[in-house]
Amino acid sequence: MTAIDHEVISGWVNSGASVLDLGCGHGELLSLLIREKQVRAQGIEQDEQAIHDCVAAGLSVFQEDIDTGLSEYGDGSFDFVILNQTFQQVKKPDFVLKEALRVGKNVIVGFPNFVHLYARFQIFLRGKVPVTRTLPYEWYNTPNLHFLALADFMEYCKKRKIQMEKRTFLAKNRKISFFPNLFAENGLFLVKQPSKTLVPKLHETNHLP
Amino acid sequence: MKILERAIENSGAKNFTFAQPPNELILESGEKLGPITLAYETYGNLDKENTNAVLIPHALSGDAHVARRILSEETPGWWDDMVGPGKGIDTNKYFVICSNVLGGCKGSTGPSSMNPKTGKPYGLDFPIITIGDMVNAQRHLIDYLGIEKLLAVVGGSMGGMQVLQWMVAYPDRIRAAVPIATAMKHTPQQIAFNAVGRQAIMADPDWKKGSYYGSSVPSKGLAVARMIGHITYMSDASMAEKFGRRTKTEKDPFKFGADFEVEGYLNYRGDSFVKRFDANSYLYVTKAIDCFNILNGHSLDCVFKGLEAKVLVLAFKSDWLYPSNQSQEIVKACKRAGVDTSYCELSSTYGHDAFLLEIEEQTKLISHFLRNVSNSNTNGVFQT
Repeated sequence: MTAIDHEVISGWVNSGASVLDLGCGHGELLSLLIREKQVRAQGIEQDEQAIHDCVAAGLSVFQEDIDTGLSEYGDGSFDFVILNQTFQQVKKPDFVLKEALRVGKNVIVGFPNFVHLYARFQIFLRGKVPVTRTLPYEWYNTPNLHFLALADFMEYCKKRKIQMEKRTFLAKNRKISFFPNLFAENGLFLVKQPSKTLVPKLHETNHLP
Repeated sequence: MKILERAIENSGAKNFTFAQPPNELILESGEKLGPITLAYETYGNLDKENTNAVLIPHALSGDAHVARRILSEETPGWWDDMVGPGKGIDTNKYFVICSNVLGGCKGSTGPSSMNPKTGKPYGLDFPIITIGDMVNAQRHLIDYLGIEKLLAVVGGSMGGMQVLQWMVAYPDRIRAAVPIATAMKHTPQQIAFNAVGRQAIMADPDWKKGSYYGSSVPSKGLAVARMIGHITYMSDASMAEKFGRRTKTEKDPFKFGADFEVEGYLNYRGDSFVKRFDANSYLYVTKAIDCFNILNGHSLDCVFKGLEAKVLVLAFKSDWLYPSNQSQEIVKACKRAGVDTSYCELSSTYGHDAFLLEIEEQTKLISHFLRNVSNSNTNGVFQT
């Protein structure tokens, strides 16, 4: 069975699009997108074993660091850049998202909600760092470097004038819409660079005849 | 069709001669060379549409004998762990071609070959050759074998340079390329190691400006050149593991004899190389490697522009002679050109030698990669 987040992403990606998956793991999502949407797929992944699995699955993948791996790509090189469950793990999410928005016409970001109800319970009542289904790691072995809430990301996008085209909140295997910042375990967002036409071109206005 | 059948039925060592005067091959230097013979071996069978041919260009000291032959007891080929029935490059599926490079000394035309103008070995009258010339010669062989488009070109080190050259010179003739532990051009450090090797040969009094054929060969110089090479092919860790500081049991009465095991090993490697390699070929081929620059006249952005072949770039963590950043440069160029590329840096302690030794992971990657290319749509580009 396909994970629900993969299903949602597959629903957002256009047929035949070019897709760059940052932190593609063993290539499950890219394989799904090739199967269902006939995309042109490229992955970036650090783990050697994961790379082997991707190549075995016929995927094109670079063994690289997401934090630095996008610099060679021109603006708008891909229709979709995906940061699913890796956004909270990169060293500089701010920079990586900016690069993803430059390289991709659309960017799909998915991450676990660190302030989900159950996580709040654990902090509040047990006085311990939460360990939940979507945050399964202990403090000493977690790959997650940044801890953010769905509300944090939405506020951040607003502040940076990043266009939010679509969003879906997930709890277990279903979509939810009721108080997502409290009840959703995962959030998925389709974002775009702020439309360039909205930015006034100063030098042009200065030189009006 | 006759030619094809001949190629298929006679697996094993063969010769192909072309560029007969007055139709000599025009080298990149502008000089003409002909006739040219390429020694080559083939393994497996060409399929009906001629779509399963894999060319394996060899590294500096290699030859056409890439894998074991079925009917003889001779030494296994230089990539026997990778090439053969059921192996990474599976000769049950693919028609494998390996030819000795132009300028070599294992059956192909090189400085030790007879110069038709003088009736004597060329020696230093042999023209300077390039990686581009080697690949042009291979292309003549591929034409002769009736192969319009190779399934893949796979090679490491200097073989990898030839792969890159195929990607640039004949992009329409390949469906996939696998450059391994290689570089788009040599760094000063890489040139320096080769230069010392060449100096060792030329400093040998037996070298005699290259005209030593028929008398004693510059064996000391060539052996030293090979020893330097071997040091650069291994890693600190692999040498420590193989030799440590162990000394030989019987003491050499000479004060500066080979006391340490590593010294004995280098002596052995040097001596055995002299028996199978020509010193002048070493000069010509290392010079071709040093002068290679795939970016010559191109920018990184456009060197692979328009290449439709799928590319798999491989590097090894402990390889300090061709460090992974050189492979990453290749990847960068592929990215900028929008080439469908995969890159993996394999864990290994064997140094540059890893591409010949670190077989298991590399085998998996290459066999999966070839299978996927082989299964992908051929777009009907094959006409015979």
